[in-house]
Amino acid sequence: MARIEVFSKDWCPFCDRAKALLKSKGLEYEEIDVTHDPEREQEMRHRARRKSVPQIFIDGQHVGGFDDLSAANASGELDRMTGAATQERETRHFPLLIIGSGPAGYSAAVYAARANLKPAVITGLEKGGQLMTTTDVENWPGGDAELQGSQLMDQLEQHARRFEAQIIADHITSVDTAQRPFRLEGELGSYTADAVIVATGASARYLGLPSEQAYQGKGVSACATCDGFFFKDQPVAVVGGGNTAVEEALYLANIASHVTLIHRRNELRAEKILQQRLFRLEQEGRVSILWDHELDEVLGDGTAVKAIRVRSVKGGRTRELPVEGVFIAIGHRPNTGLFFSDSVAHEGGYLVVRSGRRGDVTATSVPGLFAAGDVADSIYRQAITSAATGAMAALDAERYLSELQRPEDQSLAA
Amino acid sequence: MSKVKTINEKDFGSEVGQSETPVLVDFYADWCGPCKAVAPVVEDLATAYDERLAVRKVNVDDNPALATRFGVRTIPTLLLFKDGAPVETIIGAVPRSRLDDAVKRHLN
Repeated sequence: MARIEVFSKDWCPFCDRAKALLKSKGLEYEEIDVTHDPEREQEMRHRARRKSVPQIFIDGQHVGGFDDLSAANASGELDRMTGAATQERETRHFPLLIIGSGPAGYSAAVYAARANLKPAVITGLEKGGQLMTTTDVENWPGGDAELQGSQLMDQLEQHARRFEAQIIADHITSVDTAQRPFRLEGELGSYTADAVIVATGASARYLGLPSEQAYQGKGVSACATCDGFFFKDQPVAVVGGGNTAVEEALYLANIASHVTLIHRRNELRAEKILQQRLFRLEQEGRVSILWDHELDEVLGDGTAVKAIRVRSVKGGRTRELPVEGVFIAIGHRPNTGLFFSDSVAHEGGYLVVRSGRRGDVTATSVPGLFAAGDVADSIYRQAITSAATGAMAALDAERYLSELQRPEDQSLAA
Repeated sequence: MSKVKTINEKDFGSEVGQSETPVLVDFYADWCGPCKAVAPVVEDLATAYDERLAVRKVNVDDNPALATRFGVRTIPTLLLFKDGAPVETIIGAVPRSRLDDAVKRHLN
């Protein structure tokens, strides 16, 4: 059996992905965590001639990082290097696989199931998507006044199930876009599909400060509705200036003793109605807004956040604010790590779709691979726009699959 | 019947403190979306490890003192206890492989 070494660090999502990929192939590996081991980190840098983690070696031969590992897996190189001694996992085939279980994924499932495409939805780690971490959904057309995010997602899931879409609780770690049918590797199973709709959405972004990472779950959070509860009658801060930041500040104002919104500009990007609510709370003294400031450091005693240090973007002066919690709401990053680098066209990680007026609006650069929702949208990012593109992706996939079945018709159509 | 038992401040000592096997405790609340996403994975772990691992749930709404005692400030938080002491903290929804890694490190 090949000896596989994975050089990793404590907090490194691509290390997790690399390990998950190896594990999904039944490969055993030796992990070398270099977070606190400068000697072995030096060894890694010397052998790999790279500074980033992860770095993977098979029988002493340098493979590279996660992208390289994925590419090697796709090309069959990984199987060759490991002696192809990988155990066979059950592989299930579906005409259409939908990756992601937000509004885009479930809407695609409803449309595809009704078109008798027998789709399966693979839910991913954050089943239900971003709406699961919101409270009131006030802009879903036809929704009643009390509609909650998690309730809406339950209803969408039930709707998809009603038309016998399969819902599979797995997390896809890689998609091989070079093979037909597509080959997808999950944490728990392997799948093949004739067409794939990518509806993996986007996840909350963090600033990337080491102290922010160190205090995650100890006062640093990206979800006020999940964690606001723990800060009853305590001072908290929210970082950001968009809809999410203002919504989080409004929500927390009902729980915390005081909310400070920290924004690096001198105006907010959030919807006007949300801004008005925020300014009203500011007048009441329950919220203060610290304009033109950035989060510089999260301060604490090792077990809990006690304060934050903020820095003025005008002049760089720093000051400390005593807070027990700090909520990061600075935006999102698309979940496209399951693709090997540049196998699908993207812009800043967001998948590029055809758009326009000639149909196939949701087509990506790879025939048979469609994208819907936030993974292909950095602008609108609404539940309803995601649901809409999900429906379009299902219709596009339906047409693609019917043309696959009748290749002779294509020549006639031309 | 689910193998995942919900426990509270009263039986925490007997269920977790005096357990012979490692115990995975899921701190959750009914209103927490990500907790719902993690719940099936937690159920699955209970089945997969069967008698080698006890899996319990603590509702933080009903048991704030337990959350405070173990410094839980985000949910879902999974704490793995061995010999009555927390040995692993897992925050939020994570890949199943990370849960397996954490559990396997501490199995008897």
